[in-house]
Formats: sequence, structure tokens, C-alpha cells
Amino acid sequence: MGNDAPSAETTEPTVDFRAVQQSPEFQRLRSRHRRFVFPVTIACLLWYLAYVLLAGYAHDFMSTPVFGSINIGLLLGLAQIVTTFAVTMWYVSFANRRLDPLSAELRAELEPATGVTR
Amino acid sequence: MLHLETSASPGEPWLNIAIFGAFVAITLIIVFRASRNNKTAADYYAAGRSFTGGQNGSAIAGDYLSAASFLGIVGAIAITGYDGFLYSIGFLVAWLVALLLVAELLRNTGRYTMADVLSFRLKQRPVRIAAAITTLVVCFFYLLAQMAGAGGLVSLLLGISDGVGQAVVITVVGALMILYVLIGGMKGTTWVQIIKAVLLIAGAGVMTVWVLALHGFNLSTLLEHAVATAGTPAILEPGLKYGVSEISKLDFLSLGLALVLGTAALPHVLMRFYTVPTAKEARKSVVWAIWLIGIFYVFTLVLGYGAAALIGADVIAAAPGGANSAAPLLAFELGGPILLGLISAIAFATILAVVAGLTITAAASFAHDIYASVIKKGKAEPGSEVKVARRTVVVIGIVAIIGGIGANGQNVAFLVALAFAIAASANLPTILYSLFWKRFTTRGAVWSMYGGLISAIVLIIFSPVVSGNETAMIKGADFDVFPLSNPGIVSIPLAFFLGWLGTVLDKNLESPEKQAEMEVRSLTGVGAEKATEH
Repeated sequence: MGNDAPSAETTEPTVDFRAVQQSPEFQRLRSRHRRFVFPVTIACLLWYLAYVLLAGYAHDFMSTPVFGSINIGLLLGLAQIVTTFAVTMWYVSFANRRLDPLSAELRAELEPATGVTR
Repeated sequence: MLHLETSASPGEPWLNIAIFGAFVAITLIIVFRASRNNKTAADYYAAGRSFTGGQNGSAIAGDYLSAASFLGIVGAIAITGYDGFLYSIGFLVAWLVALLLVAELLRNTGRYTMADVLSFRLKQRPVRIAAAITTLVVCFFYLLAQMAGAGGLVSLLLGISDGVGQAVVITVVGALMILYVLIGGMKGTTWVQIIKAVLLIAGAGVMTVWVLALHGFNLSTLLEHAVATAGTPAILEPGLKYGVSEISKLDFLSLGLALVLGTAALPHVLMRFYTVPTAKEARKSVVWAIWLIGIFYVFTLVLGYGAAALIGADVIAAAPGGANSAAPLLAFELGGPILLGLISAIAFATILAVVAGLTITAAASFAHDIYASVIKKGKAEPGSEVKVARRTVVVIGIVAIIGGIGANGQNVAFLVALAFAIAASANLPTILYSLFWKRFTTRGAVWSMYGGLISAIVLIIFSPVVSGNETAMIKGADFDVFPLSNPGIVSIPLAFFLGWLGTVLDKNLESPEKQAEMEVRSLTGVGAEKATEH
């Protein structure tokens, strides 16, 4: 293992990856993955950006006390933490249910061809 | 302020040293035991890909919760209030980018380094060199921040205020780090990070409960106390640091961008995904990391306001070590010399674990990307790559020691934010484009990486961080033509733009076979590197 060839050349060229890429199974996996991760990432980044802009430019709004000394800014900050946890768990359950079975199926079809045993 | 005026160091320096010494002794034994099986490159760089998601997640938390997170953020909240909290939010939300877009795909397509993924379907040589350079630069900035943290901590804990004494201690920290990485490789480093993560989160947790208990377990009461000590409610509102002018507001936006986009492009974080056997374990690691890191940042909020309430911003700012000393001072206030000793040992352990992770990443990148792949063109003698990596560790260790002695006194959270900005500019566009954009070409990658790297560094050089004011690195000089202290808002979009421009102007199309292979492998895990058997 000491002499490491560049990673791209490690897989045996016996699999026709272009054919796999075009296959409906793979296309389904790819679009499922993208349809989840792109919108969710963008939504999270926008929500974060909105928070940062509020903190920067809406000082008085963020300083409004809600109860005791706890103000809107602090609650929104904690809400960022909560949504991060929530999105994490949402993605995990999505990936376990909707992505993993598809990718396991494809892997099972392809692995014998690449000569890799598990 | 009394206890600070009577002695330069609260607590007992020898007690602090003894507790830290015990930590070093225990971890060294573990590192020795863990490293007996280090034979191949996969062992040395990727710990044989044998860690579980939970272990790796804890190690990621140990790697990520650096001195910047602990000392820096607690200090920033204690002194600048709400604006310090904003660091935590950015550092945490950033993990969603890593979870959703990068971690699993990277684990499936790479072997040891970030450059493995970036050069997968592009021309090896130019892309690998560029990725190795950006890796080394980001690691260097991050190392500098950690070493600066070590210097500040030392001045507070050991009562060593003269430069020579601090330099000696930084040298000891650097030498220990070299020892860990040299002997333990990734496996030893990972164990040090796991132990440190557990200690750090437990220590912060104990202090958090303690601070809350003093305030009747009521956050509102704690905040009131902080306001009373500070003498102004501004500490609870945004803007204390970044609200003073339009420029500083823009600076804040720039910082926020760098934080949220930087994490998924930090080479030492990315490399951790190779230490698990499958993409699914990589996903689990990130989930563990997000929970641990998120909970820790809630602790830092309490600790920061706790320090503001119980000690006061003025006292902290005047203490040796400045803002970075807020957490240790709070520990002393709560539990006297023993808690101070424990918390300081944890903070040292934190620095040690993070610098070890950075060092092995930089060494792997040099040995694997530059030596084995570019200089030897993938035909290096068996074993010589790891030998080169070990030598690089020593060189990087020495550079870090010298840099650390030089960078003493800057706020560590702030220095780390610069490393994030460079990572987000130089690495993130190429990572995302090469994973998700079919048409992306070598020219796009090279333009984006060098463009992002150079623009970020040039903007930092001409920023108020380096010159033009009292707190700058070069005090006498005056060439701060760029008004923002964080370059992210300019350099990150620029790097994305250059990646697109370079690609559309490139008439050489990349191999569609390689693109197909990368895409199929990234999503299915076919042909991904397996765990090594021992």
C-alpha cells in the first residue's frame, strides 16, 4: 500500500460506469439525493443568512425582550441550533429509508464486477 | 479584580502542570498501544478505516472544538456579549453543508486527502498541487491560531509573563504534538481527540451546571446578573462588536459567510471521514459530531455570560491572555485552583489534540499529494510515502512552534475565522463543483482554488488585521486599503465565479468516463476503500 497510485485508477475498469450512470436505477437514486440535499441546504443557508442579517441590521428588533432578560435575538440563535438538530435527524431518516436501499442494491449488482469482496 | 493583582496567575502553577502531565502520560500510553498496528499508508493516514461512526463523531468534535471554540468563544461572549454567540451559530450550522453535501460522497470517492476527491476526474498534477497548497495554507493558519491560544493560556496559568518562558512552553506543546503524530499516526491522533472531546464536553458541562445553579437554574437571572456586572444591557444585544458602523456590519456578514461555508472545506475535518469503513458510518459520524458540538455551544453561551456576570468584561480583558482567559478565570472563580487546574489541562489537551489533527493532515497532504503523486508520479517505493509523511510532521511541528511564538496574543476565534475564510474560498467551490457539476474542468478547478486562495490572503494582508491600527499585527505600518477584517464576502463568491468562468472558457472537456465513475461511486460506494484487516 505504500506506493499509492492516484485514487481514480484503483477500481478495475470492468464496470461500465457510463452505462450505470444512465441506468434508471441510478438516475432514480441521483435525483432522490439531489432533490433532498439541494433544497434543504439552500433553505438552511437562507435561514442562517436571514438570522445574520437580522443580527447585523435589525438591532432593535433583536433586542426586544420576550420574557425576563431573554430577547428575540437569543431565541432566534437558539432556534438556529434547534433547526440544525432537526434537519440532521430529518436527513438521517430520509437517507436510511430512501437512499440506502437503492444504493445498497446498486452496490450489490456492481461489486462482484469490480472484484472487490466485502 | 483583587485576585489578579496579587499574583499574575490565579491558582497553583505546579498543580496545573501536574494535572496536564497526567493527561499527557495517559494519552501517550494509549497512543503507543493504538499505534502498534501502524503499517501501511491506510493505517497511518486513515487509522485503517476502522473507527465506528460514534468514535469518529467524537473525534470530529474533538478536532473541531478547538481552543477557538472553548477559550475564544467563551471570551468573545464574555466581552462582546451576543456577537460572540454568533460565532457558535455559524460554526454549528456549517455542519449541515458537510452532512448534506460532502461527507458521504467524499468518503466514497477518496482515500486519504481532500485532493484525492478534487483530482478524481480532473488532471491529476495541476489539481493535486493546487489542493495540496490550499490544504497546507489552511492548516498553517489554523495551527497558528491554536498555538497563539497555547501562548495565552500559558501566560495565565503558569504565571509566565516573559516572552522567553512562554516560548519554552509553546516549544514543549509543539514537541509533544510531534511525538503523538509521529508515533500514533491517525489512530493515535484520533484517540487523543476522542479523550479530549469527552473531557472538554464533560468539563464544560460541569461548569455550565455550576453557573446555572448559582443563578437558580434560570437563564434569565444569569443574563440579568451579566447585565448588572457589565453595567449595560448592550451585552445581550447584537452589535457590541460588529454594530459600530456600516463597515463593521458588513464585516460581520463576511464573517458569517466564512464560518458557515468553511467547515465543509477544512482539510483536517474532511480527512476524518476516511477513518470510518463506510459512507453510512461517515454519515453517523457527522450526526454524532453535530449533537456533541451543538450541545457544547449551548454550554459556551452559559459559560460566556457566566464569566461576564461573575468576573466582568473589564477584568477579563485586563488579565494576562486577554479574552482567551475568560474560561480559565471562570473555572477559578467557581472551583478554585483545582477546577482551574482541571479546566486548564483540558484546554491544553484541546490545543494538543487539534494541532495533532492539523499536523497529520498537512503531512498526509504533502507526502501523498505532492511527494507520492506528483514528484514520484504514483511510483514511490513502498513505505517511502509514510516515511516522508513522518519527516513532514517534524518540519510542520517546528514551523508551528515558531509561528506560535510569533502569533501570541491575538484572539484565537478570530484567527480561526480567517482559516475558515481561506478554506471556504480556496476549497469549497471546487469540492462542490467536482461532486455535482458534470461539465466542471481542470481549468475551472485551478482558477477557483488559486483565485480563492490568493484573493483571500491578499485581502487579509491589506485588511485592518495586519496594519493601520493599534491592535494590528504590524503596528507602525499603514496599508489597510481593504476595510473588512474577514475576506469571505469577496473571496468566496469570487472563487465560485472563477470556477464557473474557467470551466466555460475551457475547450478541453474532461473524461466523461471518469465523471460517470465518480458520480456512481460517490452515491453508491462501489469500489470505495475498505477497512484494513488486522
